[in-house]
Amino acid sequence: MTTDVITTSIDEQPHELDPNKPLVQVKDLEVSFRTQGGDVHAVRGVNFDIYPGETVAIVGESGSGKSTTATALMNLLPGNGRISGGQVLIEDKDISKLGQRQMAAVRGHVIGYVPQDPMSNLNPVWSVGFQVREAIKANGLAKGRKEVEARAIEVLQQAGLSDAERRMKQFPHQFSGGMRQRVLIGIGLGANPKLLIADEPTSALDVTVQKTILDHIENLTRARNTAVLLITHDLGLAAERASKVIVMHQGKIVEAGPSRAILTDPQHPYTRRLLAAAPSIASQRIGATVSEDAKDEGVIELASIAKDRHEEAEAHAGGAVVKVEDLTKVFSIRRGGFKSEDLTAVDNVSFEVHKGTTMALVGESGSGKTTVARMILGLETPTSGEITVGGTRLDKAQGKELFDVRRRMQPVFQDPYASLDPQRSIGAIIGEPLKVHKVGDAKSRTARVEELLDQVSLPGAIAHRYPNELSGGQRQRVAIARALALKPEVVVLDEAVSALDVLVQAQVLQLLADLQTELGLTYLFITHDLAVVRVIADEVAVMEQGKIVEAGATDEVFANPQQAYTQRLLDAIPGSGLDWAV
Amino acid sequence: MSDKNPHYVAPIEESDQTEIDQVKLSERKSTLWLDAWRDLRRRPLFYVALVIVIFIVAMSVFPSWFTDIDPYATDSADLSKSNGPAEPGHPLGFTRQGQDIWARIVYGASTSLSVGLITVAITAILGVPMGAIAGFFGGWVDSLLSRIGDIFFSLPYFLAAVVVMTVLSDYRNVWVISVAIGGFAWATLARIVRAEVLQVKQQEYVQASTSLGRSRMGTLINHVLPNSITPAIAYLTLALGAAIVAEATLSFLGIGLPNSIMSWGNEISQASITVRTDPLPLIYPSLALIITVLAFTILGELLRDALDPKARARR
Repeated sequence: MTTDVITTSIDEQPHELDPNKPLVQVKDLEVSFRTQGGDVHAVRGVNFDIYPGETVAIVGESGSGKSTTATALMNLLPGNGRISGGQVLIEDKDISKLGQRQMAAVRGHVIGYVPQDPMSNLNPVWSVGFQVREAIKANGLAKGRKEVEARAIEVLQQAGLSDAERRMKQFPHQFSGGMRQRVLIGIGLGANPKLLIADEPTSALDVTVQKTILDHIENLTRARNTAVLLITHDLGLAAERASKVIVMHQGKIVEAGPSRAILTDPQHPYTRRLLAAAPSIASQRIGATVSEDAKDEGVIELASIAKDRHEEAEAHAGGAVVKVEDLTKVFSIRRGGFKSEDLTAVDNVSFEVHKGTTMALVGESGSGKTTVARMILGLETPTSGEITVGGTRLDKAQGKELFDVRRRMQPVFQDPYASLDPQRSIGAIIGEPLKVHKVGDAKSRTARVEELLDQVSLPGAIAHRYPNELSGGQRQRVAIARALALKPEVVVLDEAVSALDVLVQAQVLQLLADLQTELGLTYLFITHDLAVVRVIADEVAVMEQGKIVEAGATDEVFANPQQAYTQRLLDAIPGSGLDWAV
Repeated sequence: MSDKNPHYVAPIEESDQTEIDQVKLSERKSTLWLDAWRDLRRRPLFYVALVIVIFIVAMSVFPSWFTDIDPYATDSADLSKSNGPAEPGHPLGFTRQGQDIWARIVYGASTSLSVGLITVAITAILGVPMGAIAGFFGGWVDSLLSRIGDIFFSLPYFLAAVVVMTVLSDYRNVWVISVAIGGFAWATLARIVRAEVLQVKQQEYVQASTSLGRSRMGTLINHVLPNSITPAIAYLTLALGAAIVAEATLSFLGIGLPNSIMSWGNEISQASITVRTDPLPLIYPSLALIITVLAFTILGELLRDALDPKARARR
């Protein structure tokens, strides 16, 4: 990430605005979408103000209406959506009364926008320079070719791209995700707006890049006295970055206030649930004592789950079930013609996973962690090295032996929407491993499926239904049930909770912890999220560019990281900078 | 700042405090096929096409339900009525040979439909496995099968069928003409299936199937094929119409089916001699052809839309 070094030069004059006069006033805002099944009210009576220079965060799960609220501020709702009630006042002007032209002037000049996914928000067929120039011309910031060019270079320099002049001619695919997001931030701030809306600006990026991007937004906006509206699903991140946090749930604000008050003294049960379930916050609390009092109905206290699980695992830990020695995987990448290039994805990796415990393999994208998981699952053949599962050499196993060793190890994958065959009923999906391994007869298999559904807290009635009726969290529970069908010793969880909403994620983590205690399972947990590692893992191995750079007991690694890279990952956990002594 | 940012808490009674992520099942089951059926059921055009198709199928299986005349009987022609107008019992009039046009259309339906179905079956038998195996196994298998497909793809299937029918002029029957058309038309289907399989095999449920111990072939048949077959089904319905047209065209050119077999193409061909003086013997079988092909085309396109959930969401 050496290219992501910030070289910010700020020459913009800070906005001089009355700090007591709100920049944006949202009054009883209601937004509805017209759909086939009638009108859907996505936002229902939302009130808040944004003052100049202030950072406000809207926190909520998917479907809470947080992004819809942000798009309504810019009057950029999709075609079937409209503001069905209330007002949005920007500098005392009602945006619903502004014409197209006036609204266009507001966008860019008054409100800048940084979208969620930097990968799809730059047009791949135009150079980055073209797209920056386009934004500058659209905002009327400069006239004449030379002036526009100069201004574009300036914008990119401010975005923290060294060598901006040369970079102008490059295309989006030559930029990393972090750099693209910097370009988009540059475009968003290009016209020096008074408010910058950042909609999950870092959720598509690697953890360490996330932090630099958020720092970058903070530096730029603070210097210019620009207000920021940050949309996020992470309460820890919101509390760390914003002075004011708004918690949304099902289109309504459930709680709003100074971030410190929300964090230390949450009043609404939903906010308390979110706080208890957020891994970023739980991971900070684990070290401290977990308060056992004030437990509400339905609150999943991640920190206490983690503690109980860890104690249980420690008490029952056994010998090594999975043993990986000097594992190496080299991919050969075609480079056109007959040339090819070797890429060492996994480089001499060795570790052991002990029975009844959880081992986490952490790293950023491209670190090789998923390749390790795929080799352990027998989906990829190692170039060299040994994998032993319960005494059987997996890398040498073939035919019957491989078939048998697969029974002892089952996967749960990342994407809940892709991991279940849409054409099979839930019962058939969960029963498939039993059928393939010829366990029992049809009747006993049905009974086992029912038992498994019960274990993952799903009603037996869904056995005859199909995956499209289930939510992401429910699908993931079905995937866990399928993995457990053959009573395996090891479950390989490849980013198994990364795609889930905070509360659902906590619920699945709780389920995994319960199942481990109950069945003595061994988990190999692949993730990029160190906060989750803190909650679920007994041991952790940190991977960087195919190598394990640091490994050890989770508590020790978190308390005393030996490598600068591990330290960077730890620092990148949102909320790590907050003071937790309440 | 405290005056600007008061700590607001929503009334607790107002907000939904139900369990996290509860299972909410709709009253009716929902699968790809059921949803497609529900989608089709709401489309009037679907019923129009379906009625026509059922009518044609009935005609070809039970021609005697539709006409009392057996055009294959030697006494069915009455030259005195050559190109005669409609009269009671003969609703569409007579051909130049004095045969009943309606009866010939009714008996021709089975030929058209047989050619259509056999051709589609051949196309599917060749195209689906070729495409599926090429897409799923990749590597040299894919290269080999795809190149074979490319060779067939580069031959216009109709031209190839003309050549085959000319060479095999002594063996003209429904089967030969179907093989001649289907044997060269499968490459497009193989491409469609291959593209779909390439996409489906990346899905995590395919990896899950492998890691629970299914063989590669087992995974392909159990998980990959069922999820990649829907575009093929829509394509085959469209291909059925195209095959009927191809047969009619070959027969019209005199290299299709022999005159002893009743087919719409033959009817059109024979009537073309007198088209300037008596167009009706040509127009009626042409209409039958157009309506039939149109019905299959509409059905194919409706199926394609109904089986694509993304397209359904767009409407």
